[in-house]
Amino acid sequence: MHSIPGRRLIMGLFLIFLLLPIYWLVNMSFKTNAEIISTMTLWPHAPTLQHYRRIFTDESWYSGYINSLEYVVINTVISIAVALPAAYAFSRYRFLGDKHLFFWLLSNRMAPAAVYALPFFNLYSAIGLFDTPWAVALAHCIFNVPLAVWILEGFVSGVPREIDETAFLDGYSFPRFFIKILVPLIASGIGVAAFFCFMFSWVELLLARTLTSVAAKPISAVMTRTVSAAGMDWGLLAAAGVLTIIPGALVIWFVRNYIARGFALGRV
Amino acid sequence: MDKTINQKAWFLVLPVFLVVAFSAVLPLMTVVNYSMQDTFGNNQFFWNGVGWFKELLDPSTDLGGRFLASLGRNLFFSAVILAIEVPLGIVVALSMPREGWSVAACLVILALPLLIPWNVVGTIWQIFGRPDIGLLGYVLNHLGFNYNYVANDVDAWVTVIVMDVWHWTSLVALLCYAGLKSIPDAYYQAAQIDGASRWAVFKAIQLPKMNRVLLIAVLLRFMDSFMIYTEPFVVTGGGPGNSTTFVSIELVKIALGQFDLGKAAALSLAYNLIILIVCWVFYTVMTNAGSERPVKEGAA
Repeated sequence: MHSIPGRRLIMGLFLIFLLLPIYWLVNMSFKTNAEIISTMTLWPHAPTLQHYRRIFTDESWYSGYINSLEYVVINTVISIAVALPAAYAFSRYRFLGDKHLFFWLLSNRMAPAAVYALPFFNLYSAIGLFDTPWAVALAHCIFNVPLAVWILEGFVSGVPREIDETAFLDGYSFPRFFIKILVPLIASGIGVAAFFCFMFSWVELLLARTLTSVAAKPISAVMTRTVSAAGMDWGLLAAAGVLTIIPGALVIWFVRNYIARGFALGRV
Repeated sequence: MDKTINQKAWFLVLPVFLVVAFSAVLPLMTVVNYSMQDTFGNNQFFWNGVGWFKELLDPSTDLGGRFLASLGRNLFFSAVILAIEVPLGIVVALSMPREGWSVAACLVILALPLLIPWNVVGTIWQIFGRPDIGLLGYVLNHLGFNYNYVANDVDAWVTVIVMDVWHWTSLVALLCYAGLKSIPDAYYQAAQIDGASRWAVFKAIQLPKMNRVLLIAVLLRFMDSFMIYTEPFVVTGGGPGNSTTFVSIELVKIALGQFDLGKAAALSLAYNLIILIVCWVFYTVMTNAGSERPVKEGAA
């Protein structure tokens, strides 16, 4: 009863629409540049790994991936660590200004990165974090922390209050209750929140590019800069693009069972 | 509802408050400071009062003209992508397979575009749409359309819109799917006994149940399309001319391109204010919808 007539056709067409551009990118990454420019081929006729080899052997390329993963992981850890207690507080207690605070957090999730690019540049230059993964990780907190609080609050609210009360009656201290009981209970929620933090930090370009120059340059910035300098090396660009899709695809695979609930931010 | 009042909860919220305040309030203060001043480089600043804000709202000045034009383009863009993505997302959610391995497969493929870095999304469509090396551009041109997103305004718009639909419809679909999954089977059985039509089931059961998630979807999509930067920047660079220059692109041009701090700051504040207002409206509607719902269900 969930579905509508012709659903297989609609779904099929939509999936093809989603996959076709990605296929084209993968296709191009295995072609030589000569083949890309000279002929229109639906699959690589002379498949080559030269673009991938170049990325994995050239430090200016592969260090971009490492830099990106570095700030994404730092950001995810910070976001989840600070968001967990806050989510519990929002879910269980009323306190002075709670609703305003929640709205203020939410509004920061919506703040345009373009507005913050310049002030962040000044701020992190002033405190000496410019061009480190920490600058990007902290900058991305502005939209990931509110999101993590929002998601986790939904999941914490799904845990019955009786569990807290029983634990406290059993003599658990608050930190011990938190780590031993609450965290395992909302493990899937933490996974979903981490997934979202990973996702939004991984896909963001503007702040990551503004806050780094050489040492911590993320892969997305490496891609834009190298292309303009080398005069459109399409195959290399496509290969770099394919490699940025892989971490995301892996992460999706791990959370595929929670994805639907996660996208509803835990509040269906 | 049964939340207890406890001011000590502030201690639990404090880390979040500090982290976000550090990244939000401090920079925003810099912006407010800049917005009142003018600079001629060399870190020399001059007091300009509300001059920039006056210019911002006056379409005859350079700043005001650019701001209002990009704002108009951006609102039109948001309206178009919402009008496409929301109905399409609902249809896709309703088309999800019921069970088996195909559910997981569909979910993974649907989520895939969301996990691609935004500049790579731009790159994908930049390549895909090119008449010489891209499948889409090649096919369209061989079908007789003179499609070229670099030179033609309409083609550039179509490309940016199709790209956004490709990128984000999945988000709406996944949200709606989550809403649909929460409907108990008993509802459908009751509808079947009543002999309800497909359309009646959709209108009376599925749509009301999707209300909340749809609101989240519209909010997220409006906000993200309103501050879109990377994808059109990579594909069209805001061109041809200024035809796909959205507010964020204009802002970055002024701030990091021309280093016109005062103008950029004033534009930032106006931009932020619009977002804040829209966000507040949605938030109020959302919390009200949450408290109204049980009453409605009881009445029905």
